[in-house]
This record gives sequence, structure tokens and C-alpha cells, in this order.
Amino acid sequence: MLRFLTSSLASFQEFLTLAGQAFLNTTRRPHYGDDIFLQMDIIGIGSIPITCLTGFFSGGIIALQMSRALSTYGAGSQVGAIVAITLVRELGPVLTALLVAGRNASGIASELGSMKVTEQIDAMRALGTDPTQKLVTPRLVATAIMLPCLTVLADAIGWFGAYLVAVPLLHVISGPTYWSTSWRALVLNDLAQGLIKPFLFGIIIALVGCFYGLRTKGGTQGVGHATTQAVVAASIWIFFVTFLIDKIFVNL
Amino acid sequence: MPDQPAPIVEFCDVNLRYGKTWALHDVSFTLRPGETRIILGESGSGKTTLLKAVIGLVCPDEGVIKLFGKEVTAMKEEALFPLRSRAGIVLQEGGLFDSLSIGENVEYPLLNQQANEHKSKELSKSGSFDERVRETLRFVELEHTFDKFPSELSGGMRRRVGIARAIVTEPPLVLYDSPTAGLDPITANTIMALIAKERDTRNTAALIVTHRYQDGEMMANFRYDAQNEELVPVSEGEQDDPKRMRTKFMVMKEGEIVFFGTREELEHSGDDYIKRFVRHEA
Repeated sequence: MLRFLTSSLASFQEFLTLAGQAFLNTTRRPHYGDDIFLQMDIIGIGSIPITCLTGFFSGGIIALQMSRALSTYGAGSQVGAIVAITLVRELGPVLTALLVAGRNASGIASELGSMKVTEQIDAMRALGTDPTQKLVTPRLVATAIMLPCLTVLADAIGWFGAYLVAVPLLHVISGPTYWSTSWRALVLNDLAQGLIKPFLFGIIIALVGCFYGLRTKGGTQGVGHATTQAVVAASIWIFFVTFLIDKIFVNL
Repeated sequence: MPDQPAPIVEFCDVNLRYGKTWALHDVSFTLRPGETRIILGESGSGKTTLLKAVIGLVCPDEGVIKLFGKEVTAMKEEALFPLRSRAGIVLQEGGLFDSLSIGENVEYPLLNQQANEHKSKELSKSGSFDERVRETLRFVELEHTFDKFPSELSGGMRRRVGIARAIVTEPPLVLYDSPTAGLDPITANTIMALIAKERDTRNTAALIVTHRYQDGEMMANFRYDAQNEELVPVSEGEQDDPKRMRTKFMVMKEGEIVFFGTREELEHSGDDYIKRFVRHEA
């Protein structure tokens, strides 16, 4: 038990050290701008199709479930407001983050893990490149920038998906009322949550992926293990952080 | 004695232990511009550790290591990166980046050096790097592999790309970690011929870790004839050429340098451990 606690604490300390170095590197030269854009393309642009699909269906599902429940109480006109708040505050950021974690935390961990087991990371150090500066910081910056953008996109598509279900399909609300009630339901607090969360999730996904990738041991099996661990850990951290943020914002 | 140029590498009473095992034990030597040291020794005798210590990849417990006049042992990791990029290194398995093409692999040290020196990207944008990369690949006779990936090349070809990557920045020092390990004798000789060619055309200092005595023998007994573009044996008249005398042998045992001298001295050594390397490979 004691050994488990010690090793967990040591791992957490290693994670914090890597995170600290990665953040510090954003202020230190050399900056690998090309790598940041490449990662933004892989992580951000590459995730657009699944983000759109997930956003669309989650919006549609909320509208489907809420329309029925709210109509029972004669409150069908509130569908837009419920959809907007749920999507912007919770489902948009969390679902997008979980998808990006599944797609990119695993991708980052397997890429860096393969580099580690084939001694390419050591080669990088020997050639005079800081692996944290070259590999971790660009992924951190790219994910932290792209995840809020993807979340906004998922929110917008989800909003539209909910509109299609609530207005033309179920006729529980008119089009203009849907748009105006949903827009008016949002306050600054919701928008702040909706943007702060994906920013933090982006940081978590990139750092967790890089952390597990860089500590990979044991050949190809180790790479598979690191990939799984990265997705699981990133997902847990996403739920934990969303809970913390909710707690803070509810008290505001 | 004429003024000697300042050493590129300097080891002074360096000690390093892994548990109870000595990886480096009282290691002291210097390497000056144009000199070559062939490092022989059995597996686990500290050869690769010594090579890694030169560029600060491992930190000794005691002693001082200087590279290009700077004390590696007193520097932080961040400060070591620009220093490392001034030396070339050929890793045992090539250490190529498998997601980059051969051209990109060879270009990497140039871009890295540029990034470390915070220079603008003008040079790479003008395409000058491209020409330099092709020229270096031509040097190792692999220009046709420019757009290929490492997985498409044979072991010997990957090793040659590794050499191209190490010398593309024209470093004053190149470190070779078992450049011929696991290769057939013909390919191994091709690799050593390239190393000798690099030494003689650019006057590069080199530390060569090897298991093969022939590698060292080749470095000591052959020179590159630029006119005929081939490696030729050193003639009788050149035997005492100071240039030739710059290739010396170091034999390591349990982290310690147990022999330091010329090929002739090595071959005439009475020590059983040292004789093993000469006899075994002869």
C-alpha cells in the first residue's frame, strides 16, 4: 500500500515537473512555430468531423428528451434555453474533450511512446534538442488553442441539431422562439465556463498524452499500455476538473 | 614542443558508478582538433558511457569534462543543448527519426542548430539547406534516397545516413558509437572508409567506439586520396607523418583506460586483456 502511494506520488511529481517545463518553455527559445501549426492541424482540423457529428447528435438527443419531458409540464417553449445551457456549460466541453482525449491523447502517447522505445528521444537529446521543447510544448499550445475552438463548433452544431429536432421534427416550439429563448438563456457565467473548461481540458489532454508517451517502457507492448493509460487518465482528469470548475462557478 | 591547439574534449579524473560497478574510473584524456581516438573494450567496459559523458548525456559523480572549452559537468541541461548541437554523433542503430524522410533526417541538425542559435529561417527558405543536404548525402553515396524513409533502407544504408546527419553541420568533433556493429565486413569497411574520408577531407576530431580492431587499423593505416576519390594505404614514407600519428587507441576495462597509445604499441602490448582485442580480431 505504502509502495503504491509512494510510486503514485512520484509519478504525480514527474507529471508536475513535465508540466512546469512545458509551460516554462513557452517563454523560452527556441520556439517551434511550425510544429505548433502542424499539431493544430492534426489535433484541431483532424478532429472537426467527429466533433461535428457528436455535437449534432448530442444536441438532437437533448432536444428529443427535453421536449417530451418539458411538454408534460407545458414548458415546451423552454427547450431552446435548456439545450443552450446544457450544451455550453457541460456537454459541449466535456463530450468534445472526451472525444479529443480518445483521439489525440492516445495519438500523442503512442507517437511519443514509439519514439521513446526506438531511442529517437535519446537521439534528439544527443543532437542538441530539448525533447520537452520540441515535442511537448507544441502539443500543449496546439491543444489548448484548438480545443476551445472545437468546443464552440460542437456547441453551434449541437444547437442546430436541437433546433432540427425541436422545431421541424417535433413542433414543440417555433423557430424564432427557439433561437431567441436559447440565446437569452445564456449569461456571461455560462460562456466563461464553456471556454475555460475546454482550455483546461486541452492542457490536460496534451500533458497526460505526452507524460505517458515519454515514460513508455517495454517495447511495443509498452506503447499500447501507455496509450490506454493516457486515455483513461485524461478522461478521469476531465471529469474531475469539470466537477471542480462547476463547484467554483456554482458558488459565484 | 610547438604550441598545440586547445583541446576539443578534455576529461580530468572522471568517475562514475552505477551501484557498485564502475562505469568510468579515473578517466583522463584530451582530444585535440584533427585527432582520432579508437576506443576498444569488452561490453560493459564503459565505452558508450564515456561517449555519452562527452556531450553531457550522463553526468559523472566526480571529475571535470570539458567540451569546446566549456565545462559540461557544471552546466544545466538547457545550456547543454546548443553545445551538443555543435558536435556530430552517430548512434549505434542510426537513431534516425522514422517519421521523417532521409532528406529531412539529414536536414534536422541544420534546422536544430539554427533554432538553437536563434537565427532567422532565411537560409532554409532560400533552399540552401536542400543543396547542403544533397551534397552530404552524395558524400555518403546515398543521394538517391533523399525522399525515402528510414524503414525503406538497409541497416548499412541507415548507418551511412546516420553519418550524413552527424557531419552535415561540418562539426569539429564527431562521436561514433559502434558504427560498424552488426554489419557485414564489406559494409563495415564502407562505413569506416567514409569515416576516414570525413577525417581527411575536413580534419575532424573523432571518438570512435568499436568492437572491431580492423576499424581502428583502417583509421590508422589508410588515408583518403581526394584526387582518385579512394582510400589508399599509408606509404612507408608517410609512416612518421604527424597526421597519421594523430590516430591513437584507448582500451577500456571496468570503466578504466588500461591502454593508451599507437597501433604499434597496442600490437606489442604484453597485457592479456589488451592482446585479446588485437588477436581476436586479427
